[in-house]
Amino acid sequence: MTARLTPNQFRQLLAERILILDGAMGTMIQQHCLDEAAFRGEEFANWPCDVRGNNDLLVLSQPELITDIHRQYLLAGADIIETNTFNSTSIAMADYQMERLAARINHEAAALARKVCDEITAQQPDKPRFVAGVLGPTNRTASISPKVNDPGFRNISFDQLVDAYTEATHALIAGGADIIMLETIFDTLNAKAAAFAVLKVFDELGYKLPVMISGTITDASGRTLSGQTTEAFYHSLAHVEPVCFGLNCALGPDLLRPYVETLANIAEAYVSVNPNAGLPNEFGEYDLGPVEMAREIADWAEQGFVNIVGGCCGTTPEHIKALYTAVKHLAPRQPKAVSHSFNLAGLEAFSVEW
Amino acid sequence: MQQQARFINIGERTNVTGSAKFKKLILAGNFEAALDVARQQVESGAQIIDINMDEAMLDSKAAMVRYLQLLASEPDISRVPIMVDSSKWEVIEAALKCIQGKAVVNSISLKEGESLFLYQARLLRRYGAAVVVMAFDEKGQADTKARKVAICQRAYRILTEQIGFPPQDIIFDPNIFAVATGIEEHNNYAVDFIEATREIKRLCPHAKISGGVSNVSFSFRGNDAVREAIHSVFLYHAIAAGMDMGIVNAGQLTVYDDIPPLLKQRVEDVILNRRDDATERLLEIAAQFKGDGSVAEKTDDAWRSFPVNKRLEYALVKGITDFIEIDTEDARQQAQKPLHVIEGPLMDGMNVVGDLFGEGKMFLPQVVKSARVMKKAVAYLQPYIEQEKEGGRAQAKVLLATVKGDVHDIGKNIVGVVLQCNNFEVIDLGVMVPCAELLRVAKEQNVDIVGLSGLITPSLEEMVHVAKEMTRLGYTVPLLIGGATTSKAHTAVKVEPNYQHGVVYVSNASRSVSVVQSLIANNKAEYLSRIKHEYEIVREQHARSRPGEKLLTLAEARANRFQLDLTKVAPAPKQLGVQLWQDINLNLLRDYIDWTPFFITWQLSGKYPSILNHAEVGMEARRVFNDANAILDSMINDGHISGKAIFGLFPANSDGDDIVIYTDETRSTERARLYNLRQQLQLRNNAANCSLADFIAPIDSGVNDYIGAFAVSTGFGADELAAKFAAEHDDYNSIMVKALADRLAEALAEYLHLKVRREYWGYAADETLDNEQLIRELYQGTRPAPGYPACPEHTEKGTLWQLLDVEAQIGMQLTESYAMWPGAAVSGWYLAHPDAKYFAVSKIGDDQLTEYAAKKGWTLEQAQSWLGPNLR
Repeated sequence: MTARLTPNQFRQLLAERILILDGAMGTMIQQHCLDEAAFRGEEFANWPCDVRGNNDLLVLSQPELITDIHRQYLLAGADIIETNTFNSTSIAMADYQMERLAARINHEAAALARKVCDEITAQQPDKPRFVAGVLGPTNRTASISPKVNDPGFRNISFDQLVDAYTEATHALIAGGADIIMLETIFDTLNAKAAAFAVLKVFDELGYKLPVMISGTITDASGRTLSGQTTEAFYHSLAHVEPVCFGLNCALGPDLLRPYVETLANIAEAYVSVNPNAGLPNEFGEYDLGPVEMAREIADWAEQGFVNIVGGCCGTTPEHIKALYTAVKHLAPRQPKAVSHSFNLAGLEAFSVEW
Repeated sequence: MQQQARFINIGERTNVTGSAKFKKLILAGNFEAALDVARQQVESGAQIIDINMDEAMLDSKAAMVRYLQLLASEPDISRVPIMVDSSKWEVIEAALKCIQGKAVVNSISLKEGESLFLYQARLLRRYGAAVVVMAFDEKGQADTKARKVAICQRAYRILTEQIGFPPQDIIFDPNIFAVATGIEEHNNYAVDFIEATREIKRLCPHAKISGGVSNVSFSFRGNDAVREAIHSVFLYHAIAAGMDMGIVNAGQLTVYDDIPPLLKQRVEDVILNRRDDATERLLEIAAQFKGDGSVAEKTDDAWRSFPVNKRLEYALVKGITDFIEIDTEDARQQAQKPLHVIEGPLMDGMNVVGDLFGEGKMFLPQVVKSARVMKKAVAYLQPYIEQEKEGGRAQAKVLLATVKGDVHDIGKNIVGVVLQCNNFEVIDLGVMVPCAELLRVAKEQNVDIVGLSGLITPSLEEMVHVAKEMTRLGYTVPLLIGGATTSKAHTAVKVEPNYQHGVVYVSNASRSVSVVQSLIANNKAEYLSRIKHEYEIVREQHARSRPGEKLLTLAEARANRFQLDLTKVAPAPKQLGVQLWQDINLNLLRDYIDWTPFFITWQLSGKYPSILNHAEVGMEARRVFNDANAILDSMINDGHISGKAIFGLFPANSDGDDIVIYTDETRSTERARLYNLRQQLQLRNNAANCSLADFIAPIDSGVNDYIGAFAVSTGFGADELAAKFAAEHDDYNSIMVKALADRLAEALAEYLHLKVRREYWGYAADETLDNEQLIRELYQGTRPAPGYPACPEHTEKGTLWQLLDVEAQIGMQLTESYAMWPGAAVSGWYLAHPDAKYFAVSKIGDDQLTEYAAKKGWTLEQAQSWLGPNLR
């Protein structure tokens, strides 16, 4: 393994060209139609509850399959691949009684991705590949009550989230992640807990990895699930000083566009976007093809909105290949100059410049 | 105004140490009401809310957490950032763990030394909060300028140099202490703060200055007028020195320029420490300002000596009609042709008005007043122009009409005025204009644009009809769509596909000018193709919007009906049958007016009464409010308008989704049957799928239940009075009359409902709610109106009319679209069950559509037309 990627090195790379992020992991796994036994593999053959659907467990039970998906994305042109750890916090793993496996899955997932990245980088040394260690949103919300009759109730606390994310972050870094990525953020308070954990881990380690933050606008109202506008969301997490700030999931590129533009207009960080392949149709399938998706995203690149592009739900290596081909000659966005403007946020942003 | 533009208001009332009321609510565990305190702050213009739970009798940490978690589910409050105010670090940290946005922490300081200060600041970086740093160090709180500056500068260096704290996120509080306390050492406190502010801003780039403003006037407790004047003067000077924000009572800030001169001078002597006897001299006069400290606006005649063009401009901008004929005559004598007066100085003046409006420096009521001046001037010139037989060509001719079956025209009239101000010729065909008539005039007059308006939902269908007719008859002029129920989505999905020569949705009066201008400019084709493209996107989005929205079958929805608690059915009314109120004393209703919608009509947004003190629009809001009350005096006391009401209370039971009204208590003969729609969308958390019938006891329950019906109007005479003003070129008062008649009708509905609850039905005899609570519908029961979301189908008004014999009894009529005439009217049902609530039927399925059509004896097509807005 080469020397650790620093935030500034990553920034330099982003100033030179648009980088490609990989596409969907879940969609690719689904294509294999794995049954319960396949999910369990040998080690978990006698696990007390069903584990089918626990995609993250596959890094332990079907490591070859996950490695192969990573490899397909890298060969399609991805510069950065995301670890298969969307649900690998002890909180989300509790659904499968696997909270104790969280650290091990994060470590293994990062190690798998590390290995295949190094393999491809060795083949094409002029295009180094990176592992983004993914911290997913968990399946709980710290700022929204799950009980309609008791808006003050919470089923997860900030401290519980910090503990779970601390464990996952340590394991991802130990497994070989180059970047830490907070993604599919639908509740900013969850993400603030993740950020708190990541900053704490960096302090403990004595060095920092580049951080990517990516939120999710859940519908055409233009807000996150927890109600924040794009601007408010940005200001609420700007203290992490992420190298890259972006949006992913929930919407297809057409509906996501205005928010990408908003973000591009304010972000002092670099901007990433990985939309879904459209919205699900009546059968729950995503049907925006690689060509159409690449066309829209290439337009964003031409408008100077983006620095990293990739795909979320429903996208495949074909999508990533089309994206790569469409943007490789286009110039990356230049981040906004550091302004020292005073920004606060509730659900909406509050900004003054004087 | 200027002083407040660069100042951030932080709401102070959600503070147990500062507000006795808030403290009482929190100590009593009444968090609901305590949330209202925050809401009021935000509505009064607080841009950040300061929350403080530091009280010895309280578990501050638990109270803070509970309050913040509840607040998180109140989007109208939590849209603004929070300032966490506590002297206890553990409370601050617990609070930050509940806040998703970027908050401000108030405060940390060097009081306990550098290491603790650094520890806390580092953690704040991890939480992502800005911070208030108090001017407090190991030796104590800073009181002099020198100490304040030294401590803040030291803290700034530590934060920025040692841990890279972003300087813009550092806010210093250099301590505001009370002045005029009678203690000589205190006299310079305000000056110390102001001067320290200036110096800190110079030495610490990007840092901010804040403070708790009400401290400064502490010695004048009990005299709010003087306290507000002190705050205002203090802020005026502190903001000039660089103060960025302050904790204030957002609803109560006097404008510096509005402080009476004598009071201002003596307050200034105190704040600026200008003379030794300043305190005594302020005390001398304080008592006489104990009431309302404001003074009447002074009249200034200086403009009368301006050259004539400037006089016309001044009159137009200020909306003064007093001298307009003299000045117009002056201008006419100086001009070569009378038309040049219009094209020259008058249009120049209106352009100034247009620019000011565009920049947000003038508000709609002022613009309408300007139009009044313009119209009077033009009317004066008209005979001279006729004499010379020269025709001025306006930029374009726009035809406006409220469509067939609809009588609402306030918005349309405002659009007309705004367009005329911008030199467009407007042909206004009024209300209830049949399609054929509208298209005939459009052709004869060779208009450039047709604009349709409507307020009730059936008007949407009529607009679609007009669009189809225009296509059939080969029209090519663009069509504008506006009015309260219209929307971009409806225009794009339902109207635009029916007419290919341009259909544009106009969201409000101010937008109308730019839309019309685009439609007559050279690049019209380009503009229209852009709109076409935009609407295509809207249609696509609409087609696949709400993927998660699931429609239940009617049977499933019925199975999930609201379960009525039969033990809580309201008792029998004291008085059954129909009753009539003639010649209502309208002055009685003034206390029941909900003024907020009135300000919305004038495009002044904010809640009454706080809007009257709003930093930006408050002055204009007060002006239009005063005008409104003057006109109301005349409307009511000179007998221009009158109000009538009819209502009845009847035995009733529900039969499935229908409500059966009986002739008498034997409940053997049906007098009327109300057909209701049921919610069919699957609701969150499987909430019940309601129908109004669910709130009435079913026939087979054996419980005797009742229902009320009412129709009220205060619009008798309003159209005539409005027309009289319009004929005098006074659109301002014409619009005002209609808007006020609407408000009175709503007030009458509110008042009648109150009397029904307390007396005629009498199920809430001991209810005591103030107007604010009435507006928020905190009473028992509900009064849904046919045509509105709980019972959206308009023809049910026909049943109501028959039931009460409304037309014969009080002269209110229904149009073919079931709009009520006079327009200032309200009708609806009374449901008394404590669980009866307002809801929106929203989308229904084909199964319910078919069944409803059968019940009403309609063809499917008729049903689709009446229920259009509720179909997918």
